Amino acid sequence: MRVAVTINGERREADVEPRLLLVHLIREVFRLTGTHIGCDTSHCGACTVLLDGRPVKSCTVFAVQADGRTVLTVEGLEQNGQLHPVQESFVQEHGLQCGYCTPGMLMTSYAYLQDHPRPSEDEIRHAISGNLCRCTGYVNIVKAIQHAAAKLAAPAS
Amino acid sequence: MIPAAFEYHRPSTLQDALALLGRLGDEAKVLAGGQSLIPLMKLRLASPRHVVDLNRISGLGSIAERDGALVIGALVRESELEASELVRHRFPILADACRVIADPLVRNLATVGGNLAHGDPANDHPAVMLALGAEVVAVGPQGARRIPVAELFTGPLETALRSGEILTEIHVPLPPPRSGGAYLKLERKVGDFATAAVGVQITLAGGDACARAGIGLTNVGPTPIKARRAEALLKGRRLDDAAIREAAETAAGESDPSEDLRGSVAYKRDLVRVLTARALRRALERAAH
Repeated sequence: MRVAVTINGERREADVEPRLLLVHLIREVFRLTGTHIGCDTSHCGACTVLLDGRPVKSCTVFAVQADGRTVLTVEGLEQNGQLHPVQESFVQEHGLQCGYCTPGMLMTSYAYLQDHPRPSEDEIRHAISGNLCRCTGYVNIVKAIQHAAAKLAAPAS
Repeated sequence: MIPAAFEYHRPSTLQDALALLGRLGDEAKVLAGGQSLIPLMKLRLASPRHVVDLNRISGLGSIAERDGALVIGALVRESELEASELVRHRFPILADACRVIADPLVRNLATVGGNLAHGDPANDHPAVMLALGAEVVAVGPQGARRIPVAELFTGPLETALRSGEILTEIHVPLPPPRSGGAYLKLERKVGDFATAAVGVQITLAGGDACARAGIGLTNVGPTPIKARRAEALLKGRRLDDAAIREAAETAAGESDPSEDLRGSVAYKRDLVRVLTARALRRALERAAH
């Protein structure tokens, strides 16, 4: 089946089997390997992308469901060579160790901060509860998201 | 893992979807949120030859008050239900449940209709809808019919939906004044199914006696369970400590849990007892406001 997806602002097409998962379309057909596969049981959230602006687990969506829709992956956060404030914050606050869960964390927090610009720590922890991290214990991830919230709220200097 | 191959259909109207299901029969599975179906397909525990994607059908995604009921379209996403002001104010028990279904990512796709139609005793909405006395609308080739949720769950992963029927709406009666409800779920971690969970919805009569109690139990039996004996013994009684204790013990007796990694039969039964008591107290607090 032919699918057309607008991915990171660019319209791309592919011929796929209906059973192809969206994460495989992204990684293997479109060669955007920033989105990771961490489990196989829809638990870990490393595969998180934005589908029509909402964060979803791309391993639990068929590629054909994304036909005619918009997808944003971690590669789409950077604009004109500039890291997005969420990305900069993860760097600054050491919000990653191995980096495997990081794309998922970035996509979830990017989407979350758009609707919740001033979250409490508790709200952040609940917001990322679909993204598992085996390295950090979440402490610096939360700090990074708090840092990003402050950055995004501050007037541009 | 990779699902088995299937043919994919994407009807744009309910009529088209019904015609497809009529033609394909048992070889077809309906795809709504896919957050239960796709994991099953990846494990090849489900390998339908045809998948009928309902997501492009309009008119099934709204939440509104109509004719004395909250009408929830079957394709309403759990995150939408969670965010609804109407739900938060009038149905705190529903808001409680939304917050503990899977995780925020799953909730962006998972649908209320799917959570019921899947017939899984481990899903959260069944117990809540049992407690609320809700009905679902099922549309088939012969037209629409209403099924009380109390008659919906007929066996493990089995519902009263006939082959070729699509669940389109959930109708929840608006609670009278002096009503309150709560849903309490114990899970090992976010995203897990309940070790046990209890939903309670009560309405108080004039003198503080309980006019109506609805009690639903999650994941402690082969189907979602309506704790009818516990409900019956509360009717007309003041919800004092003795009544709550009795109802909690009775509800525990009405559960039929299986032993698994989440706990033993005895542990789960006792959880039902504790959660029922706590949910009754919380419902009472909310009813008194």
